[in-house]
Amino acid sequence: MKTLNIIETAYRATLEEQDDPVLWIMHALKGAGAEQGVVLRANAVNYTVKAQGVPPLAIGARRQQQGPRLAEAVSGLIGKGVEVYAVSDDLTERGLQSEELIDGIKMVRKADLPALCGGYDQVWHW
Amino acid sequence: MKDKKTLTFMLMDAPFENARTTTAMRLIDIAARRGYDINVFAYEGAVYLPFAAQKQHANAVHGHDVVQEDHPLPREWVEAVVQEAAKNGGRVDWVNCGLCVDERGAVDTVAGVRRGSPADFWKMATSSDNTLVIATK
Repeated sequence: MKTLNIIETAYRATLEEQDDPVLWIMHALKGAGAEQGVVLRANAVNYTVKAQGVPPLAIGARRQQQGPRLAEAVSGLIGKGVEVYAVSDDLTERGLQSEELIDGIKMVRKADLPALCGGYDQVWHW
Repeated sequence: MKDKKTLTFMLMDAPFENARTTTAMRLIDIAARRGYDINVFAYEGAVYLPFAAQKQHANAVHGHDVVQEDHPLPREWVEAVVQEAAKNGGRVDWVNCGLCVDERGAVDTVAGVRRGSPADFWKMATSSDNTLVIATK
């Protein structure tokens, strides 16, 4: 079974979790043998931006050692053979240019999403 | 302290669900560093923030063992702001909504947390310079 995972909710508890839990489970499912594609849409398109970084979070004396590395998490999926798309309309709305993005991201227009969904057995919206 | 303030925070979100929790704790941390007196009323899922049974874990996806992952735990953040405020001459009065605790079984908390009711929140708000509600959306 092939699933297409549309990730829309972004930066949700990423500091507490030290990752994005949806990207995390994409990695875990890939490890379990899942055939899957990923579409990043809305604010989640920002996960493809290379230059993002998180300074260490300190609450009182508790300093975080492992901040989230979201662009690397997306690159890691691509490296494992997962097709990762970004909705080009959403990138444009946010003023993001292709040269700012990590390598290997495929573009899809909103208008072409139905056809993309048709290539998968199930579509999961996160 | 001449400019010492008393601030009340009303939190609603459960830990590990969204960025509002981190933002709330960062704001409380700033107030603690300034030595302010801080009231926190944890309502609904926020009563799990100081839940004592939270545990760190390894993370195979990250390739980290439990020590390397060093997963942040909100109960540690609660303890940290209590200590930070005390160090700077302030204090944190953290009240967990009792009914919310009962609904969730979130009884065991770190030290410095007490059980209360909305009446406590009202007292906190009326005795504070300002109150910030960070509600679930």
